[in-house]
Amino acid sequence: MAAKKPRVKIPKSVAAGDIITIKTLISHKMESGQRKDKEGNPIPRDIINHFEAAFNDNVVFSVDIDPAVSANPYLEFSAQVDEAGTFTMKWTDDAGEITEYSQDVALKG
Amino acid sequence: MNISRRTWLCSSAAAAATAFFGVAGRAFASLEEVEKAIEEFGGGAAVEDGGPLKLKTPEIAENGNSVPVSFEVDSPMSDDDYVESVMIIATENPSPDVATFHFSPASGVAKASTRMRLAKTQNVLAVAKTSTGQLFKVNNNVKVTIGGCGG
Repeated sequence: MAAKKPRVKIPKSVAAGDIITIKTLISHKMESGQRKDKEGNPIPRDIINHFEAAFNDNVVFSVDIDPAVSANPYLEFSAQVDEAGTFTMKWTDDAGEITEYSQDVALKG
Repeated sequence: MNISRRTWLCSSAAAAATAFFGVAGRAFASLEEVEKAIEEFGGGAAVEDGGPLKLKTPEIAENGNSVPVSFEVDSPMSDDDYVESVMIIATENPSPDVATFHFSPASGVAKASTRMRLAKTQNVLAVAKTSTGQLFKVNNNVKVTIGGCGG
C-alpha cells in the first residue's frame, strides 16, 4: 500500500559544522506478514523496507527496515551540516515504490 | 475506572495483540537464529559487551505494538574510525530482525531512534560494527504487558 505524506522535522538554519537531529514520520500500515484474516489465511507482508537520507546527494544515514518496526515508522537520526544544501529522504516499500521528501537547509550568519 | 471497563480493556488489548501476532502455534525466534544473525552481521569476529554502545529501551512496555528504542555509539565518526552499522534484534519475536542502521562520518554521531513491535517480554539486542572491524553488543530486557493486566 502506498505511504502517505511524510512529516519531517529539520532545523531551517544551522551553523556550519553543527550536528543536527532530524525526526521523520511516515504513515504506513507496516503489515508484518504475521497476521491472519478471519478465515485464517495469512495477510501478506507489505512494509517500508528501506529508508535513506542524503545531504547534497551524499547519503548520511540509511536503515534496512524489517517487519518488527511499528506501523507509521518513526525514525530519528543525526547529520553533520558543513554547508548549505538540501536534504532528500526516500522511503522504499516492498513493491519498490519510493516516497521522497526534500528540504533545504540554510547556514546561519 | 470500574472493574468491568478494566476487564474489557485488558481482553480487547489481548485480542488485538493475538490478532496482530497470529494464532498461537507460530514459533518464536530460536537462539540459533539470533546467533546466526549476529555472525552474518559481524562476519564471525568476536563481539565485546558494551564498550561505547548504549541501548535505551523501556523497562516495561505498555504496548507491545510500539516500543521506543534508541541507541548511541561513542565514536570519533572520522574517516578513519566511524560506526558503519548498528543492528537491533528482538531475540524472541517470531522473526528476530528489527532494523539495521547504517552511518557514515557525515552522520556526525552514530545515534538513532525508532519504535518496534515486541511479541512478548524478551531481550532486545543491539550490535554495533565499526569501520576498524570492532564489534560491540548490549542486551536489554523489556517486559511487555500486552494484555495490560501485568501478564
